[in-house]
Amino acid sequence: MERKILAEYKYDLKPIVRGYNKRTLYVNVGDKQIKEKPVSDMMIDKFTGGKGFDLYLMWHGVKDDTKWNDPENEICISFGPLCGNTSYPGSGKSIVTTISPLTGIPVDCNVGGHFGPYTKFSGWDALELQGKANEDVIVFIDGDKGIVQILSAPDQVINSHILAEELHKEFAGSDEHLQHVSVVSSGSASDHTLITCLNFSFWDKRRKVARLKQAGRGGTGTVFRNKGIKALVVKYSGLKVDKNDPADLATLQKTGLKLHKEIEAGDADQCRMHQVGTAHLMEIMNDYDLLPIRNFKYGQMPEAIGLHSREFTRLFTQGMADGCWYGCSLSCCKAVDNFKPRTGPYKGQPVCVDGPEYETAAGCGSNICVWDPKDVVEINFYCDTYGVDTISFGTSTAFVMECYENGILNKERTGGLELNWGNADAALELLHQMARGEGFGLIVGQGVRRMKKIFAEQYGADPNFLQDIGMEAKGLEYSQYMSKESLAQQGGYTLALKGPQHDEAWLIFMDMVNNHIPTFKDKAEALHYFPMFRTWFGLQGLCKLPWNDIEPADNAQTDEPAKVPEHVQNYVDIYKAITGKPMDKHELIRQSERVYNFQKVFCMRMGGGRRIDDVPPYRAVGPVTEEEYLSRQERYDNLLRDKIGVDPTGKSTSEKMEITRSYREDQYQQLIDAVYDRKGWTREGVPTPEHLKSIGMDLPEVMEVINRYL
Amino acid sequence: MKVLKTYEDKCISCHVCESTCSNLYFKEDNADLSCIQIHDDNTPPEMNVCNQCQTCVAACPTCAITVNSQGVVMISRNLCIGCLMCVAVCPTNSMRTAFGKHNPFKCIACGACVKTCPAEALAIVQE
Repeated sequence: MERKILAEYKYDLKPIVRGYNKRTLYVNVGDKQIKEKPVSDMMIDKFTGGKGFDLYLMWHGVKDDTKWNDPENEICISFGPLCGNTSYPGSGKSIVTTISPLTGIPVDCNVGGHFGPYTKFSGWDALELQGKANEDVIVFIDGDKGIVQILSAPDQVINSHILAEELHKEFAGSDEHLQHVSVVSSGSASDHTLITCLNFSFWDKRRKVARLKQAGRGGTGTVFRNKGIKALVVKYSGLKVDKNDPADLATLQKTGLKLHKEIEAGDADQCRMHQVGTAHLMEIMNDYDLLPIRNFKYGQMPEAIGLHSREFTRLFTQGMADGCWYGCSLSCCKAVDNFKPRTGPYKGQPVCVDGPEYETAAGCGSNICVWDPKDVVEINFYCDTYGVDTISFGTSTAFVMECYENGILNKERTGGLELNWGNADAALELLHQMARGEGFGLIVGQGVRRMKKIFAEQYGADPNFLQDIGMEAKGLEYSQYMSKESLAQQGGYTLALKGPQHDEAWLIFMDMVNNHIPTFKDKAEALHYFPMFRTWFGLQGLCKLPWNDIEPADNAQTDEPAKVPEHVQNYVDIYKAITGKPMDKHELIRQSERVYNFQKVFCMRMGGGRRIDDVPPYRAVGPVTEEEYLSRQERYDNLLRDKIGVDPTGKSTSEKMEITRSYREDQYQQLIDAVYDRKGWTREGVPTPEHLKSIGMDLPEVMEVINRYL
Repeated sequence: MKVLKTYEDKCISCHVCESTCSNLYFKEDNADLSCIQIHDDNTPPEMNVCNQCQTCVAACPTCAITVNSQGVVMISRNLCIGCLMCVAVCPTNSMRTAFGKHNPFKCIACGACVKTCPAEALAIVQE
């Protein structure tokens, strides 16, 4: 490929000191400016790294009224001080932030692949992308030579499974360097739709293919393509166990080996991540009435047996070292090899498909009643290569299928697509339309919030019904768990800063199944602790899964099993071992609290982040339709009797539904009050000056924003 | 397959094999740095050393562990990134690590210890 060098920046290669490079890389693809920015002690003290650095950089890059497609919007990718260590499982994550086209507020995604660690070891604590290129470009970071380039990108292909592989080969130069390259790309749907993602690659030496991990949520791919970026490429070949300059390598190794051994001994009997990844959850969720089916109407159906994890186990190649970063013995990133799609432009061509993971199997399987695992694999493949987020695609498709079944949509409105439950061909055609930029796929690709408006305005649909069944909050589609019977998880979803993603809190078992957090105060405490604890992974460049998808054999006997205390101590230990700084489990939470509140205020600055933004659709809270109520009538009747004190005898279904709704919505509001109190926010959801001061985040720019709301 | 075979009933727990090995590869007389390790809590003593079973080969994320033409499992120091996943999966606990050092290490059936063992408790054999 003949490429023109449009801009070039040479920098000194310097070793990392205790997990930090203390500089970030700024690239403006519009005016072709490339420069480095120093990382101050204040940034480290208050923002730690990872998502904290992303948000700090982005705050100072955008304006109050910046929209997703304004040139000053940024895509920031950061890595965190612990990122890239090869000793502790799950240590290779990048955190991507941007102003989301779906929500208008910052979105953050935690993604695997080798781009993050290699860019960090190339000399950077974060990458900040700004501007819009006139023609497509590639940003290349050569971490071996200390060069950053903006290159022309006349490449014909854009879809990730081909583009990533071609760029690996081009920039590696020879086979021995294929694994030293990583590519970030999106796909053709990102040119036309909003529910898009970025693919972060790693070279799989055994399969000899570029594997793809997704920064899935919030439309990052759309911003990327809107900036005219075809790909980011990094090359780095000097990886060793001590590249983070750990203060105490022996403790780092010892802690990592302890977890390796725990995984080796326990995974086969616990989550089977090594065998089937997160798809092990399929039958568990179905058994507990938590698997989303028919747009989150039901949590359980006999047909779900078709998507049992054993079906995916058969499809996944077994016995591979499937870590998305070196040293992850959990090895959950499974792949289907030599898969031949039956539709679309790659029909009949053998491809390697990453996943399906649980969210994809549920969203693109059970939630739209597609029960053939191979159809799910095919939707997964096309979502990835076109740059479509499987979660938003699944939830958006489930929404339009329910609208179709309800008569809100018909063949005329869908351009001939029969969007009945389970029509995998139609779901795949939606995807191909998104990639081609035509047809009803373009509507679905706008996401649920915009579709609700379109269907109400253009098709005369009842906006209240659409609000009830449209599974989005803040503009982001729900991820794939049923929260109806768990008040705490309703909060976990709806209070999540970026929108309803389960990465802040997954409390369903604690709350609904085990009843460990019965009071509002208990739930509020959980909705404080777990979002803070989980935020910490994003500050450090870590994955959440090795925290509680494997547990020590004696975890159940500890005082707080849900927190997995031994693993919390592991994180304290490896933080100290790498950075050489003091840490304990309380300071860990404080680190997160600083960044979490900063993100909250950032949302407010961009026009969101208030109580009115923390509203769930009723489908996430209770039964919207009579058929939903009647399908679990005994449960709902018992609730009327036992919790609400109303005798259901003689009452019509609609009367019982109304009483149930009123009760559940009131419970939700009481929960919000309790959570805001616990988080140090006003009842309107504004962090108080006192709280910000107490956590050291009373920065002038932060106080200026909250003062607008107090 | 070339492998270091142990004869526990002949071992006299003199630990000369450990000295030979650690001196050869680490220039240190330190049993913790020996690929063969003699645990003499029991009688006869346990002689722990790699049996070249190859379990570690599949676990290595960088393909740094390979099997040579003689069937001996080898670690490439160039490719190894020190994750120690091979140590965790070793079914006989014979993949060694010394915390603070970059790479794991293991017996490559070089036979040096065979020559220094005074009790003929070790032998290189083809299996």
